[in-house]
Amino acid sequence: MTETINFEVDGDGVALLTIDLKDQSMNVVNEQFTNDLSECIDRVLSDDAIKGAVITSGKSAFMAGADLNMLGSMAGAGAEMSLEDKYEAVSGFSRLLRKMETGGKPAKVLMKEGTKPFAAAINGLALGGGLEVCLACHYRVAADNPKLQLGLPESQVGLLPGAGGTQRFPRLTGLQMAAQSITSGKPLNPQTAMGLGLINMVKAADDVVADATAWVKANSSALQPWDKKGFKYPGGAGAMNPKAVQLFIGANAMAQKQTQHNYPAIEAILSCMYEGGIVNMDTALKIESKYFLKLLLDPTAGNMIRTLFINKQAAEKGALRPKGPEKKKVKRLGMAGAGLMGAGITYVSALAGMDVVLFDISKDNAEKGKDYSRGLVKKGISRGKVTQEKGDALLDRITTTDDYADFADCDLIIEAVFEDAAIKKSVTEKIEAAIGKDVVFASNTSTMPITELARNFTRPEQFIGIHFFSPVDKMPLVEIILGEKTDEATQAVALDYVSQIRKCPIVVNDSRGFYTSRCFGTYVSEGYAMVQEGVKPALIDNVGKMSGMPVGPLAVGDEVAIDLGYKIGMATQKALGDKYIASPADAFVKTMVVDLERFGRKNGKGCYVYPEDGSKKYLWPELSEHFPEAAEQPSADEIKSRLLVRQAIEAARCFEEGVLIDASSGDVGSILGWGFAPWSGGPFSFIDTMGVEAFVVEADRLTQAYGVRFTPPQLLRDMAKNGETFYVAGNTRGKVAA
Amino acid sequence: MTEAYIYDAVRTPRGKGRADGSLHEITPIQLATQTLEALRHRNDLDTSYVDDVILGCVTPVGEQGADIARVAAINANYAETTAGFQINRFCASGLEATNIAAAKVMSGEADMAIGGGVEGMSRIPMGSDGGAWPTDPSVAFHSYFVPQGISADLIATKYGISRDDADAYAVESHRRAKASWDAHHFDNSVIPIKDVVGMTALAHDETIRPETSMQTLGALKPSFLDMGAFGFDNVATQRYPEIEKINHIHHAGNSSGIVDGAAGILIGSKEMGEKLGLKPRAKFRSMASIGSEPTIMLTGPSFAAEKALKKAGMSKKDIDVWELNEAFASVVLRFMQVLDIDHSDINVNGGAIAMGHPLGATGAMILGIALDELERSGKETALATLCIGAGMGTATIIERV
Repeated sequence: MTETINFEVDGDGVALLTIDLKDQSMNVVNEQFTNDLSECIDRVLSDDAIKGAVITSGKSAFMAGADLNMLGSMAGAGAEMSLEDKYEAVSGFSRLLRKMETGGKPAKVLMKEGTKPFAAAINGLALGGGLEVCLACHYRVAADNPKLQLGLPESQVGLLPGAGGTQRFPRLTGLQMAAQSITSGKPLNPQTAMGLGLINMVKAADDVVADATAWVKANSSALQPWDKKGFKYPGGAGAMNPKAVQLFIGANAMAQKQTQHNYPAIEAILSCMYEGGIVNMDTALKIESKYFLKLLLDPTAGNMIRTLFINKQAAEKGALRPKGPEKKKVKRLGMAGAGLMGAGITYVSALAGMDVVLFDISKDNAEKGKDYSRGLVKKGISRGKVTQEKGDALLDRITTTDDYADFADCDLIIEAVFEDAAIKKSVTEKIEAAIGKDVVFASNTSTMPITELARNFTRPEQFIGIHFFSPVDKMPLVEIILGEKTDEATQAVALDYVSQIRKCPIVVNDSRGFYTSRCFGTYVSEGYAMVQEGVKPALIDNVGKMSGMPVGPLAVGDEVAIDLGYKIGMATQKALGDKYIASPADAFVKTMVVDLERFGRKNGKGCYVYPEDGSKKYLWPELSEHFPEAAEQPSADEIKSRLLVRQAIEAARCFEEGVLIDASSGDVGSILGWGFAPWSGGPFSFIDTMGVEAFVVEADRLTQAYGVRFTPPQLLRDMAKNGETFYVAGNTRGKVAA
Repeated sequence: MTEAYIYDAVRTPRGKGRADGSLHEITPIQLATQTLEALRHRNDLDTSYVDDVILGCVTPVGEQGADIARVAAINANYAETTAGFQINRFCASGLEATNIAAAKVMSGEADMAIGGGVEGMSRIPMGSDGGAWPTDPSVAFHSYFVPQGISADLIATKYGISRDDADAYAVESHRRAKASWDAHHFDNSVIPIKDVVGMTALAHDETIRPETSMQTLGALKPSFLDMGAFGFDNVATQRYPEIEKINHIHHAGNSSGIVDGAAGILIGSKEMGEKLGLKPRAKFRSMASIGSEPTIMLTGPSFAAEKALKKAGMSKKDIDVWELNEAFASVVLRFMQVLDIDHSDINVNGGAIAMGHPLGATGAMILGIALDELERSGKETALATLCIGAGMGTATIIERV
């Protein structure tokens, strides 16, 4: 009996190791578990009365991967440790699993005698390190549950499966399937896994332990296929196998296309599989551990883990919610405006079980908004994702209306009407007259300051911004904007609602463009500035993607519409007056919108041409006539720096101005909101990784070269001077220490 | 330094590099053996004076493996003392082998040597020897590997070479090759290949299609479109981000053909030539190899040519006959752009688009063809060069004596 593993031996000498981490909902690989497993393995191997062992879990899931907090700190910590010591530390678990499958015997002895059998009874989900434990067992049986997930998702956090996953998986299934599965991180269900040879058997959930036990009893000694004499890699492997060679040539290209050279984990996984396929298992595991260490030493993994998992999950679990107010559930949502955004918000709310009153100026319009939900439900049914009953029930929860009186029983109002001050004012006033005196009113505006809109409402403390992203049903982020007078109870209501619809919130203070739109805008306009300066458009958009952004600035500018950018720009100039920071982008946008009437995809012509026959868009060849290309073109690195640093400067300004309350929200919001280079972990992680001082030096250089929009805020200069960073060591949620 | 002279140059005919090709039944060692035999026979050569045989071979595995040059010398009944070794500089191997033979003579290490090459492409498929560059992820990622066809299309895109330009070039290559055969330009140098009973297996280059026209080529589908879409186009544009989209212009008809063949060039010092009663035909003026950017890969020839010109103290105006291997049409068209060479001055007898490119041998073949052309036309100087995998170029300048 250990702290994390229950150890029992039955009358036939079969040990049952039941993994059950105390006070945790999920079994994870952490230091305690590793020590306990080591102790259990030693006992099985050394006790002659024990014939073999079955490993299962005491929880509904078998085991998730490694504890991300532990991995995150491994990634950041130990600068003083030698490389050799680090290697010892990160390879420990892998060596332990190897000991389990070999009994610690040398290859020749093992080949002759075999070792005590270990079998995995996979009663529930087994991911990452959890699945690696199973793969190191000599026999694997999984519960017959199509929802049970078996997979190695480490690549999604910038890592690789470092306990034999990149070696045992392909030695069971062949390289092709393993490469797909491990680089994508997508899990398999038990039937598929058995078909591929990843597991041996599928049984009813209640029978997996009995089946595994019976297998151990029937096999007095066991040997992994790769430890047998004459082992043949299924499908072939190695540098001289034509199929493997073709596979790697293709996979290398595809992976470079997908990663744009920004995600070292994908390359490392392929390297482990390529190099490991040429050598024996012991050497292969060493190679894997070394690539694993290499990834831990690179900042990418640590940054991705911190932002995309630890801080995102914290936000989803209510880290930003004021503790005081009682938790409330929205039962009936009042949705004003049935356009694209209103229709999407309606769907996600109804999906979460809320009744929705969907209002527009005519019942017809409101019905059109509901059609969006009808379409998604229909698609869900046709794909077998939703049952007819559930789909019908969802649609029944949506009531369409053009009568303000129908808002009467709603407990939250969201307004997503046309972005026009007069219309917003009128709608807000009419709704307020119809609703209860304590109902929170939220606006989904993306351009108008919340504090100003709150003036249309007699209870500005109960007025808040809930900013969704399009398409609402796909985009995971919601930006909550606090007006000057918004109170904590209202913030809590908004966050509880976001939690109900299972999206990730960030909370920001009011500002023009709030946080996400404001920073995103700098990406697009920096692209425009470059065109105006004579940089080749293809160079700009290709480097945009190479920097890790999902699309180039010119392409994405076409999607959101250049004329919209023009209108927002004009409004911003008017509002800011002398404080407005001019950019060459202003002239570009004016030429495109006023002189050339190129508004973007919406009118079929922007920086790109959108052929009417639906064929692929291409850059407008005449751009170079209106914006002559310079004889000398900047390097890709220079463009990359301009695009990323410009966004990071704006994020830092948001932080300095108090628009952003914490850096971790800034990072989470940047990636989920506008797709800021995920490899970086977000703009604040980007600045930290570069080093605040180095960032300031680069920003000053860019200021000299391109203008004051690159001038770093005083905050960064002070941080550089004091040697501060946005994140303190480890994974503490970041705030500037001051 | 000793001068190196060319005393003879022979090549086999080039057989279609497929199972239905006329040389498919002939082993690569036989192609090399018969080439060496021809050099001995034509020059009544006492092979005990031949110090070394250097053969290029790009896929030196299986029956082409394990030092095919030495084995061919043994098999051709050369003197036991004639050493041999095989080299690989991809597509320029045959020229590099020739340059090494010349360098050995120049340095005094050898008095007489043979440079050449062999490739039985119908029997040993390209790529059979593997290699880390495309396959090992850490290498492929590091160097932005793309296959040569993508590189050729990248050259076309970057330097504005159209499909029509490339097709017109290919049509002319076939026309010139046919005309040269008809006018007996190759008769002196092409040695018929015999089978085991002594019947002629092939006496002429097999892949020339004089009926080739813009119309027949127009029907061919680009060869590297799918490969590009799979990911390689994007790898190429990551290296050349100024390019929006790769224009895939190359296909089987405007790229070099896959063929079987071998070639050999007899090189020696003046003294040894005199001693053996041989008449020198040309001398080496200079030789050069360079590395160039590996993703675009095939732009090396202009740099190699310029380096060789500089070493020879010559300018491009001093070159009468230009030979550049027609690996892909865009390679030659780009070379003509850079050095401002008129099409009428380069590859005047056609090239690999019409006659094929037996990888290890081509370099020696085009040097031999350049030499024949100098003699036929009464001109003085020739420069032969080839583009090379992994971004290289090799060039040789010879002068008739």
